[in-house]
Amino acid sequence: MLAFIIRRVGQSLFVLLIVGLVAFSMFRFVGDPIDNMLGQERTAEDIDRLRTQLGLDQPFVVQYYKFLEGAVQGNFGISYRQGRPVIDILLERAPATLELAAVSGFFAIVFGVALGVVTAIRRKGVLTNTIMSVSLVGVSLPTFLVGVLLIYLFSVELGWLPSFGRGDTVSLGAWTSGFFTESGLKALILPSITLGLYQMTLIMRLVRSEMLEVLRQDYIRFARARGLRDRAVNFQHALKNTLVPVVTVIGLQLGSIIAFAIITETVFQWPGAGLLFINAIQFVDIPVMAAYLMMISVMFVGINLLVDILYFFIDPRLRIERSGGH
Amino acid sequence: MAEAPLPVKPESRWRQTAQSDLFYAFKQSPVAMVSAAVVLGLVLAAVFAPLIAPTNPFDPATLNLMNGFTPPMEPNAFTAQTFMLGTDDQGRDVFSTILYGMRTSLFVGVAAVLFAMVLGVTLGLIAGYTGGWLETTIMRTADVQLTFPSILVAMLIFGVAKGVTPLEYRDQMAIWVLILAIGLSDWVQFARVVRGATLVEKNKEYVQAARLIGRNPGAIMWRHILPNVMSPVLVIATISLALAIIAEATLSFLGVGAPPTQPSLGTLIRIGQGFLFSGEWWILLFPAVTLLVLALSVNLLGDWLREALNPRLR
Repeated sequence: MLAFIIRRVGQSLFVLLIVGLVAFSMFRFVGDPIDNMLGQERTAEDIDRLRTQLGLDQPFVVQYYKFLEGAVQGNFGISYRQGRPVIDILLERAPATLELAAVSGFFAIVFGVALGVVTAIRRKGVLTNTIMSVSLVGVSLPTFLVGVLLIYLFSVELGWLPSFGRGDTVSLGAWTSGFFTESGLKALILPSITLGLYQMTLIMRLVRSEMLEVLRQDYIRFARARGLRDRAVNFQHALKNTLVPVVTVIGLQLGSIIAFAIITETVFQWPGAGLLFINAIQFVDIPVMAAYLMMISVMFVGINLLVDILYFFIDPRLRIERSGGH
Repeated sequence: MAEAPLPVKPESRWRQTAQSDLFYAFKQSPVAMVSAAVVLGLVLAAVFAPLIAPTNPFDPATLNLMNGFTPPMEPNAFTAQTFMLGTDDQGRDVFSTILYGMRTSLFVGVAAVLFAMVLGVTLGLIAGYTGGWLETTIMRTADVQLTFPSILVAMLIFGVAKGVTPLEYRDQMAIWVLILAIGLSDWVQFARVVRGATLVEKNKEYVQAARLIGRNPGAIMWRHILPNVMSPVLVIATISLALAIIAEATLSFLGVGAPPTQPSLGTLIRIGQGFLFSGEWWILLFPAVTLLVLALSVNLLGDWLREALNPRLR
């Protein structure tokens, strides 16, 4: 167990080092950092001074090490566009993205698992067929189109919900939250449905197919033969055993919720980190791009690691195999 | 394998196709036939856009600003011209912009998938056949890339490539940069599948025989192994095409894709979104429906192909 965790942590660090190298290369080779930081009126001394100050005269490996050192401490340099430290901008934007991601993740898991179980227990029927066909369209529908169509229906035609922004926010120290005002909560509805819909269909289809697989097993038939109630069989025996693949996918999908938030945030002009990233791409603001890349990869790699470790606690078979095999 | 493209004579190829299991399965599936017909129709419409489109939306000489915001099927208040799907703010016929936009979308999608396929298949063959450190490097790279959603990878590549291209070429190069970005974000699937299939194939007798008579590794990979690992590649290519079309539309919608001079369906939706609140719904809705139909039918075709080519599901 411990050996496995250590190995996985090692792998994760390796991935982060590679991503760091990519981010660093972006910094170093896309455009000239000196060009980007000094204006038109500069002298050769200015250039030399800044080159020494930034450590650009040092060997590549030393520079990379310094970059990593800075990154670990949260120092990603200064945004070319806004002229402020990148880390400050990111921290300011992070609460909006995290709140949006949390709400849509919650929505995707609750409805995804519920609909998956319902469609698996009632295998045939009008309700199941409808849900399954709608979900096929849902998978083909690009996220941004879902958002635009929702805006058209609920903001333009019906006028029920706001189409952009976060509404009023309450600040709790460094964190700004939209959870405590009515307009903040209303503003959350459409973006979180947009963001969570694809993940919801994915989770639903997975839960359904896993559940159908499990319901065919002998021990389920045996449980029924023992005269257990349907509810006990379906939830305590069947659902429990579908959890391993479901937890993996949910874990991995939580990561992509953060990534797909970029699209949703653009559609709804949601002031989060994703919108910041898109603007950074449009204006080739490399430090912001690099910092976002690092931040999101730490998140992805962390989630992957957590999911792998969670396996051990969910599936006892893995514990035996791993510890016995190695 | 019936679908392997190894014709002996030109006329036998047609009969081979007509008698193949795949074609039989195709005739049995209404969904496959309908979606194939839709895809074919849309592709033809895109290819022959200059012939079909009533106007050339990118020729400023034919545009009349007075035609702006004409609703579908209604004569314009000033010029009395009627447009089937209406016009946008600059008086461009929406039907024509959709045809031209689809051209860009399909071109980028197909080119990106072809690029991803060539890259992925080549790397997968090399990784599977040669093994060793080359395999480790290729597959490790694939694993790292797979940790990230491909749309994010495509955005990053696009951003970096944009930073590298000189300012005056950015608009011209945007389409190629887009193809590169989507293609590079998508090769992993091909490489993994081809590597897996190659690992199985390389121990078979025909490969040993080819090695025995002294054919070089390159020839064995391309002439012997490749034809036998092609059918899963075909399935992935079809599904990737749907994903690539959606990825392109997403990037263009976000403003980090096709340039304004060469709009794709995504760009058109981006433009249409701006007129949503003022009531000009047709500028948004028709490109959106086109994109949806295109992506859905390619997806359905891919799903069918996966089932038809997978003997276990029969």
